[in-house]
Amino acid sequence: MNTPSRLVAASIRLAYEHRVVVPDLDVRIPDGGFTVIVGPNACGKSTLLRALARLLTPERGTVLLDERALSAYRSKEVARALALLPQAVVAPDGIAVMDLVARGRFPHQRLLRQWTTSDAEAVNRALEATGVADLADRRVDELSGGQRQRVLLAMTLAQETDILLLDEPTTFLDMTHQIEVLELCRELHGEGRTIVAVLHDINQACRYATHLVAMRDGEIIAEGAPSELITAELVEQVFGLRARVIADPVTATPLVIPLAGWEAVR
Amino acid sequence: MTAGTVRVWRSRDERIALRWHRRPAMAAATLLLLLIPLGVVALLTGSFDIGPAELWATLTGQGEPTVARVLGTIRVPRLVGGIVVGAALGVSGAVFQTISRNPLGSPDIIGFVTGAATGAVVAILVFEAPPGIVSLAAVCSGMLTAVLVGALSLRGGTAGGYRLVLVGIGVGALLGAVNDLLLTRSQRDDAIAAQIWLVGTLNGRGWAEVLPTVIAVAILIPALLLMRRGLAALELGDGMARQVGAPVTIVRLGTIAIAVGLAAFATATAGPIAFVALAAPQLVARVGRSSSVPLVGSAAMGAVLLVGADLLSQHLPLSLSAPVGLVTGVLGGVYLLWLLSRGR
Repeated sequence: MNTPSRLVAASIRLAYEHRVVVPDLDVRIPDGGFTVIVGPNACGKSTLLRALARLLTPERGTVLLDERALSAYRSKEVARALALLPQAVVAPDGIAVMDLVARGRFPHQRLLRQWTTSDAEAVNRALEATGVADLADRRVDELSGGQRQRVLLAMTLAQETDILLLDEPTTFLDMTHQIEVLELCRELHGEGRTIVAVLHDINQACRYATHLVAMRDGEIIAEGAPSELITAELVEQVFGLRARVIADPVTATPLVIPLAGWEAVR
Repeated sequence: MTAGTVRVWRSRDERIALRWHRRPAMAAATLLLLLIPLGVVALLTGSFDIGPAELWATLTGQGEPTVARVLGTIRVPRLVGGIVVGAALGVSGAVFQTISRNPLGSPDIIGFVTGAATGAVVAILVFEAPPGIVSLAAVCSGMLTAVLVGALSLRGGTAGGYRLVLVGIGVGALLGAVNDLLLTRSQRDDAIAAQIWLVGTLNGRGWAEVLPTVIAVAILIPALLLMRRGLAALELGDGMARQVGAPVTIVRLGTIAIAVGLAAFATATAGPIAFVALAAPQLVARVGRSSSVPLVGSAAMGAVLLVGADLLSQHLPLSLSAPVGLVTGVLGGVYLLWLLSRGR
């Protein structure tokens, strides 16, 4: 792997209160790539994302940003280089879309420099990019799930970072809104941002990822371009599910069809 | 509806660039202005009435010595006491409700105020201490209670909202029982003194009782305003707050320590005043529709509520000068029922 990586995890061990989730893991996030992490529940994919965003300090090993340990940066410096959208963000009661998106400017603000011209511009760009500019004055709690998720993405974008880490950005959304969010991610990736997302749907992962990371039990089983990586054997190895892999008739990316219970019909 | 129109002010080099919402700012300003007529009425009325001309003469140093003494030693400290105690309780409630993400997570519900009272009752009944020591005991035991509730509600490193509220109510009930037990076991005179203290009143509060809270408010509220952006970041959850680079642990511990301090000092001055800490932030959030933690608004609302309730307590037709704690208790109870009936 010779693609450059600003964000690298070097033999990290991740644990919550002595319960080891990831024993020893190395990963390099390709710059400008759309990396998707997949794996069964509790395989440590969200934990890995939290570690990449310095929300969880590795028990051993280091996460490096531009060849310097994350822990050596000031927290606001990191927040200007990479942004994380956590899984369940609770918006304060009655907050307006604009005000929530403005919260993403925190790492650029100071006590008396709360709203410079560049803050206002960044928020407007983020609202435009996510297509929620016309919702700016609405209350967040009045929005649909899909709109809400786009507003949260706008907040993360307003942070103006090169690297975006998204923890299950499509969970709780219906199919249309899932695709909407993923298409938005694809656009952002097209504009040159590095994206890392945890996704549940392996077919969506195959469709959108330029780099796929398959995890199980806190280990990376395989990583690479989806079309080279996904085989029936790998799906069984990672998810413990017998499946057939065909080409997606629209995008020609791998399409995983589960067989469980239907082997006889084959 | 949201907080609506936004105002922005920037210096030319943008070293200072501020953004605020018009409506919450107006609400806070209106409440602060409302304190002026309330304050004037509070100074003019009481056991005997003072005319506006007499008040003016005294303020400019030309009044009668008796009037000057009544104003200087009784009414002014009582008014200032009402303002600072109300402001301290309002702000303390705003911080706790934000951190616990629960409108019930305010210091009067989760036992801190009762805990401060326990210190005072022990000082009065067991040690027969003078007023200064009673106040000190109230501040110390209020903070001890906060540490106890905090330690008991910690589990796996985080004090969750519901857990904090439940543990706090439990500890508060326990300490309330201790207070009652001490009362029933004591001499009649002491018991009456302690009983009055336990209801919460501004009656007979002179500068000795009021001044510590004035100083506490003057230091702690500005300190809290410095941490306000961090507190707002915490509203979005720990994960979000940490990822934008807010010093989560410092902000949480710092704001809680300040809020506990404010509640303890307020209780040391006026006794356990009910419901101001619970109601002020909620009321101001409804009036101002603030999109951030309404610290200044809660301070102003707390002050207006307490000064208003104190006036009411002096002028109730019962003519027995009911302690202000009873008035806020009744008003707060009605408010709480209204809040619950609206399904919040």
